[in-house]
Amino acid sequence: MRYLPLTSADRAEMLGVIGAASVDDLFADVPAAARLPGPVPGLPHHASEMAVERHMTALAAQNLSAGAAPFFLGAGAYRHHVPASVDHLIQRGEFLTAYTPYQPEIAQGTLQVLFEFQTQVARLLGTDVANASMYDGSTACWEAIAMAARITRRKRAVLSGGLHPHYVSTAATMARFTGDVLETRAPVLDAVPDDDAVIAAIDAETSCVVVQYPDILGRIPDLAKIAAAAQAHGALVIAVVTEPVALGLIEAPGKLGADIVVGEGQALGVGLQFGGPYLGLFGCREKYVRQMPGRLCGQTVDATGKRGFVLTLSTREQHIRREKATSNICTNAGLCALAFSIHMTLLGGAGLAKLARVNHARAQQLAARLAAVPGVTVLNRAYFNEFTVILPRDARDVVRELADRRVLGGVSLGRLYPQETALANGLLVTATELTSPEDIEAFGTALEGVLA
Amino acid sequence: MPRYFTQDHEWIEVDGDTGTVGITDYAQGQLGDITYVDLPEVGAVLKRGDAPCVVDSVKAASDVYAPVSGTVTDVNEALGDEPELVNTDPETGGWLFRVTLADAGELDGMMDQAAYNAYVAGL
Amino acid sequence: MNAPNPSGWRPAMGVAAPEGFESPTVSGDRALMLEEPLIFELREPGTTGVDIDDLELEPLDTLAGFLRAEAPALPGLTEPETVRHYTRLSRQNYAIDLGPFPLGSCTMKHNPRLNEKLARLPGFADVHPLQPQQTVRGALAAINELAVWLIELTGMHGVAMSPKAGAHGELCGLLCIKAAIEARGEDRTVILVPESAHGTNPATAAFAGFSVESIPATADGRVDLAALTAKLGPHVAGVMITNPNTCGLFERDMKAISDAVHAAGGYVYCDGANFNAIVGKVRPGDLGIDAMHINLHKTFSTPHGGGGPGSGPVVLSEALAPFGPLPWTARMADGTVRLIEEEDAATEMPTSFGRMAAFHGQMGMFTRALTYILSHGADGLRQVAEDAVLNANYVLRSLDDVLDAPFGAAGPCMHEALFSDAGLAEGFSTLDMAKGLIDEGFHPMTVYFPLVVHGAMLIEPTETESKAGLDRFIASMRSLAERAKAGDETLKSAPHFAPRRRLDETLAARKPVLTWQG
Repeated sequence: MRYLPLTSADRAEMLGVIGAASVDDLFADVPAAARLPGPVPGLPHHASEMAVERHMTALAAQNLSAGAAPFFLGAGAYRHHVPASVDHLIQRGEFLTAYTPYQPEIAQGTLQVLFEFQTQVARLLGTDVANASMYDGSTACWEAIAMAARITRRKRAVLSGGLHPHYVSTAATMARFTGDVLETRAPVLDAVPDDDAVIAAIDAETSCVVVQYPDILGRIPDLAKIAAAAQAHGALVIAVVTEPVALGLIEAPGKLGADIVVGEGQALGVGLQFGGPYLGLFGCREKYVRQMPGRLCGQTVDATGKRGFVLTLSTREQHIRREKATSNICTNAGLCALAFSIHMTLLGGAGLAKLARVNHARAQQLAARLAAVPGVTVLNRAYFNEFTVILPRDARDVVRELADRRVLGGVSLGRLYPQETALANGLLVTATELTSPEDIEAFGTALEGVLA
Repeated sequence: MPRYFTQDHEWIEVDGDTGTVGITDYAQGQLGDITYVDLPEVGAVLKRGDAPCVVDSVKAASDVYAPVSGTVTDVNEALGDEPELVNTDPETGGWLFRVTLADAGELDGMMDQAAYNAYVAGL
Repeated sequence: MNAPNPSGWRPAMGVAAPEGFESPTVSGDRALMLEEPLIFELREPGTTGVDIDDLELEPLDTLAGFLRAEAPALPGLTEPETVRHYTRLSRQNYAIDLGPFPLGSCTMKHNPRLNEKLARLPGFADVHPLQPQQTVRGALAAINELAVWLIELTGMHGVAMSPKAGAHGELCGLLCIKAAIEARGEDRTVILVPESAHGTNPATAAFAGFSVESIPATADGRVDLAALTAKLGPHVAGVMITNPNTCGLFERDMKAISDAVHAAGGYVYCDGANFNAIVGKVRPGDLGIDAMHINLHKTFSTPHGGGGPGSGPVVLSEALAPFGPLPWTARMADGTVRLIEEEDAATEMPTSFGRMAAFHGQMGMFTRALTYILSHGADGLRQVAEDAVLNANYVLRSLDDVLDAPFGAAGPCMHEALFSDAGLAEGFSTLDMAKGLIDEGFHPMTVYFPLVVHGAMLIEPTETESKAGLDRFIASMRSLAERAKAGDETLKSAPHFAPRRRLDETLAARKPVLTWQG
């Protein structure tokens, strides 16, 4: 077996050193009744590289990959061009096969990357500090709500109707068990987000207001206005960014008064990957850093005075604080953070700004084309690279029929909000720098065909 | 002013109805370099045995228990910038918080300096 | 002859450097030991290393009032600068690819490159999680295929695929327990956790809204069954037990523990971090386990990536499976595989506790783990467990004459060998042993964990170390143990040869600098 270096002779010699007659003797603590006499029955035995590759390739071939068709999906996962050097570098064994940097003297590579990543994320989000990453945007969002409850000692969070429904569900699952109260609302098909309703819901019991920016329908809330209202009631503002490329063009949430900014970092460097692994971004004001979840890397010096980096403020974490930890999270999304950081290092702030402009321009072209389809209207007043169109019939069916024509034509609001019949005709569409004019035309034509 | 010690290595120095609380030199020596002190809020009402304060070293976070019941009247703000005072001066400048004593009877049965020294010597 | 040696090039060995000579270099680099500045020190903001097509950009009227005042103050490096930056940084890392990485309870085994190759097939890597299900049949089938393997290998009833890491899996398991107890109309608020448990166990229980009570260990490093039984009652929701446990020992009384907990109306959560020791040899389902997470990055070889991403599917008993999270992957009567999401939950999975993350799990880790599982097969996975346990016992018996093995006399260990600092010279610690190992060219073992052993050193060689590799490691450990017992002061300043000497963690924590301040 190609991954097992021990030979039969090695095994025999090692058993001799141990003083055991057989390997089974080493499992003597397992009660006899629980010991399997041989391989688990009914499962295949080992296979060659070739055979495994053939099997997995056949499974992969059953999927319509995003690059193989005109593609317009977003809703929390975005398809961007990832420079070739990103994937090359993350496959260096020294990054790929290292562990959490517990021994900093021989992990400065990972640690310096994390320090650079934290700086990049903080500057992107407009926060004082950022951590070394979380699992994904949705779990980061719940962690932020829990953090706001610790800081304010209040347990009632107001969630905007523009927050991704999966993020709402994730938070609702947790809140049900922790006793936090979430005030949620479904989105309304308006040209602008529900800022006023959110503001009206804030009171002296509110721990935080959670606002997605841009929101699930692609609209852009007035964060500064919401932040002012929250501040007046002593509540924190949590901004949620599911498309970080947007921050190349629109103002950073931290600059608009958000106290905590979380996000999904998948758009840069990580790829679609059918939903994971992704990358949770988490930034906040410096004064809240000891209430933050997740790993943090900090700068220090070594015994000879050379600059170096270590994991720090660990007393917040589960391995020291146990049941009093700020979170149960152990790892971060290290390799995804590396991919994000490399991509961001290539782009720089200027490159990100230009990339964002191109995204927005493609979205404008898409909006113009779809608006020309009879019966279709564009909902949004403002948007970045994603917006909502209203179709003359149930968008779920339309998406399936578009897929039959090999066009991956967006995410229906019915998929996201199966219970909200008022939203059924809504279709969420996204264009990025990868969207070509030919793709846009193919979408327009296919949609005309499906709706005809 | 009388000073009392607990088996959990807190000291309390009593002046009238106010007690000043800190951790002992022995305790700081066991903890190593103190990096952060999470102090209670002024006005917090404590029951004896509550853990209103946490002392962090690099690899440990240790609860400090309230040796007596009472209301927090003051905290040692200097520890915000200089948590190391708990290491360098644990039984004077590194004090943690002050409480009004709700029940002076709670002091009965605590150790004095000599008894505490003997207790530590036996650990 | 022609002109003799016109270039003047004659190989020479040079002259011996004087005793104690230390040569500073102008660059700060020392041959292959390369220093690397931060990206912020390499370039100013305003630059980019990516060519983006120039479009005819339309005015930004629709974004009026929202525009960013200035681009993020981040430099953009060209590709050659970027490749060099990260390549130079990578060389400051130790990794499995460089040598043994015997971190106990972390399972740093070889990461097969076939896993990497197949996970990157566009049919897996370039698929959106919300594509119509008709376009992702193969991806769903891959998830289902892995799910079937996990269920069969553990002897359980169902599996929740969406948890994103081990700790997230723990949360999933506890939420299932909580939902099941709610469904019974009961209010049980306590989770029992052995004192040897990994810190995530109590942290997860608290995060899920339970209170935690600790169970002591016996002298032979196991859960104290009598103490556990005494704590059971109508307020106890369940126990969290790691098996094999964090001392590297199999919990012999596991079935009795499960039976006692069940009899008291509770559930048994097993932390599956150490499943790699028993995969193919023992099915946790046969021991009465109700829920167990499986760290795909441990047992099933997906890369640790410098700290994630992980993946923590949770296998569930018949009692708990109905409460598992959405989306749930289910095989339909016609053989196709479907995702059950919120839309169908009311009819297909009415007692699900709900969603615990966006989308349906760590697909990129599923494809890697499935590739690994298919490579080994049922027979190979059994061999994996056997070799992992054999390697650990070989290390245990090759070192227990020079290091204190607190449970060594009681019998064999499972996949990891545990030592303590007893017997080291006064003033010498486990930390010194660890830093000495760095100089020897190895990654240190896990230190100071589990907490139940003073100065713990937990060594997990894994099955992918050769005997020759283990012998080199053992030789280094023996030498270090002898130095630490003899009071060799040079050990206290180790490491001497790493890219950095010991780092000042106190300074980092007292005055946190978490972002570049330049």
